[in-house]
Amino acid sequence: MERMNFDLAQVPLRELNAFLHRDAPAQGVQKVVVTNPDGAHNIAVGLDCPIDVEVHGHAGYYAGGMNKTGTVTIFGSAGTGVAENMMSGRVQVKGFASNGAGASMHGGLLVIDGDAGLRCGISLKGGDIVVGGSVGSFSAFMAQAGRMVICGDAGDALGDSLYEAVLYVKGSIKSLGADARIEPMSEADYAAVKELLDAAGLQHDAGLKHDPRDFKRVASARSLYHWNADADQEY
Amino acid sequence: MSSNEHSKPVAKEESFGYDSKTIAYIRNAAAHGLYEIRGMGAKRALPNFDDLVFLGASLSRYPLEGYREKCSTKTVLGTRFAKKPVELDIPITIAGMSFGSLSANVKEALGRAASEVGTSTTTGDGGMTQEERQSSKTLVYQCLPSRYGFNPDDVRRADAIEVVIGQGAKPGGGGMLLGQKVSPRVAQMRTLPAGIDQRSACRHPDWTGPDDLAIKIQELRELTDWEKPIYVKVGATRTFNDVKLAVHSGADVVVVDGMQGGTAATQTCFIEHVGIPTLAALRQAVDALEDLDMKDKVQLIVSGGIRSGPDVAKALAMGADAVSIGQGVLIALGCNHDSYFQNGAHHDATAGYAALGTAPGYCHHCHTGKCPVGITTQDAVLEQRLTPEVGARHLKNYLKTLNMELTTIARACGKQNVHHLEREDLVALTLEAAAMARVPLAGTNWIPGVAGM
Repeated sequence: MERMNFDLAQVPLRELNAFLHRDAPAQGVQKVVVTNPDGAHNIAVGLDCPIDVEVHGHAGYYAGGMNKTGTVTIFGSAGTGVAENMMSGRVQVKGFASNGAGASMHGGLLVIDGDAGLRCGISLKGGDIVVGGSVGSFSAFMAQAGRMVICGDAGDALGDSLYEAVLYVKGSIKSLGADARIEPMSEADYAAVKELLDAAGLQHDAGLKHDPRDFKRVASARSLYHWNADADQEY
Repeated sequence: MSSNEHSKPVAKEESFGYDSKTIAYIRNAAAHGLYEIRGMGAKRALPNFDDLVFLGASLSRYPLEGYREKCSTKTVLGTRFAKKPVELDIPITIAGMSFGSLSANVKEALGRAASEVGTSTTTGDGGMTQEERQSSKTLVYQCLPSRYGFNPDDVRRADAIEVVIGQGAKPGGGGMLLGQKVSPRVAQMRTLPAGIDQRSACRHPDWTGPDDLAIKIQELRELTDWEKPIYVKVGATRTFNDVKLAVHSGADVVVVDGMQGGTAATQTCFIEHVGIPTLAALRQAVDALEDLDMKDKVQLIVSGGIRSGPDVAKALAMGADAVSIGQGVLIALGCNHDSYFQNGAHHDATAGYAALGTAPGYCHHCHTGKCPVGITTQDAVLEQRLTPEVGARHLKNYLKTLNMELTTIARACGKQNVHHLEREDLVALTLEAAAMARVPLAGTNWIPGVAGM
């Protein structure tokens, strides 16, 4: 049995997730197709094997959360916290993503074809996020490591209190957060943007949809790394 | 005293409002432009469990034989939804304290002692170490706002999960770990540059409010296939409402941490001025569970200034199912002791305290990472001052003592099970404690604030 279908209009979510955790790796199932998700929360959380999960419709909170080695594709939009705390593997949202997309991710690749809401990539600890559209305010808040590529615009306070994560933005940035600054792009940065756009499957050369040379680099000025009384809380 | 002195006007009258402590505080603020950060919990005098006493059995009730008749201390946590509730031999657990704030040796000592006496230990802000997982039979894994080192593999190998909303020492504040304790290993576990002053988030990154929390808890349940108990920990403030919301969110166990709860690094203004005493919080938490008819369905753990067997007994009598201890556990390991034991001999530690500008018995300098007895440190030399073997032995003795005291009191009150201790076994010695704990003032039937008494 290489492929299984789960109709969430008929089968409870708990059965789907238990199948993905235990039976799928045991039976060598390679692909699971989920239909009628109707915004259910916690679809395919905690994957721990290289399985391919397709969700046809809209997903609720935490779709693909804490994924390890799995691939989750949502043919629809995703609610809050899609791919939160992902360790490895890949999650792709064909539509839009709500708040906190990729929150506290440690690894893997999150691709959002459309726009993402507030706090995309908050507390990012590794891995990569590629957003085809724009991101809301407070994206990459306290992001510690990893990379984000934003093909559209960024909202207010982008990269507030950034640590070592690096952000690449093509469009406009409404405002930068405390300690975030625009830095010059190096050849390594152009190569990184190209690599991530390629990995995301977002066209960048022949059709010239996105040219890495159009992106800006945002990183931490590292002025908040140590306690400083003279900053007078002017963050 | 000479007659001459009598006739002099009083030359030295200390101001109550501007006493020497306040003057020192203002001078310090003026000199540095920075607030004080320190360890331990609230130091000010607060109504606490010492203000309550038990009504032992007499003619109206009969006691149990102290050393002959059985008195159960078995404690089960997480019976509401979890397929595998946590089963403990004693109702005294070890509170969450991070590797980072504590050395790896200390984390291992906590695990060893807890396993030997049949109780649980808890991770902290900074992830799970191999040392503590291997040494702890029952390990509670915290899910904190920072999510440092949070890993689904560790969720799967934990025995319970504790979603931390807040901490008694600083309800509304995030964790702090100053640069001197962010060693390469600590930094690597938290994905931070080594040596930075780490200030953690105070809100979770992927949810806001109780309705979101319900979905977050469901995610953790789905991830663990509904096996593991899920605790929700709150710092004590609006405890009646917060406990109700935690229950609404689907918690199996609610942990309420009062303002006496310790910390390794927090602003002093936070420690002393935000939050309510454990005694008041416990009463409100039990009220909330009773109001929802969830008493005994959702278990309650209380922490924050639990030091002794009588403290445990009083907490249980007021309605807690278990207690959690942090600061007392560290003191059992040697915190604030004037010496440490290394290579078979005691060594004087007073010079180490003096270097920090303090002395044994007064130290709250956990934030400096220079703990003279090797507990709250990441320093390669200092951490050798507490070995897991020695620490575990002392902690095991401490926990055994508390448990013996607990059963002694329970038997004296005629209970075969420590969980049968009840509120009406208690009376208060002060008006404040009577009002907060809502038990009568000793020798009266008066509970301040309760109509008709």
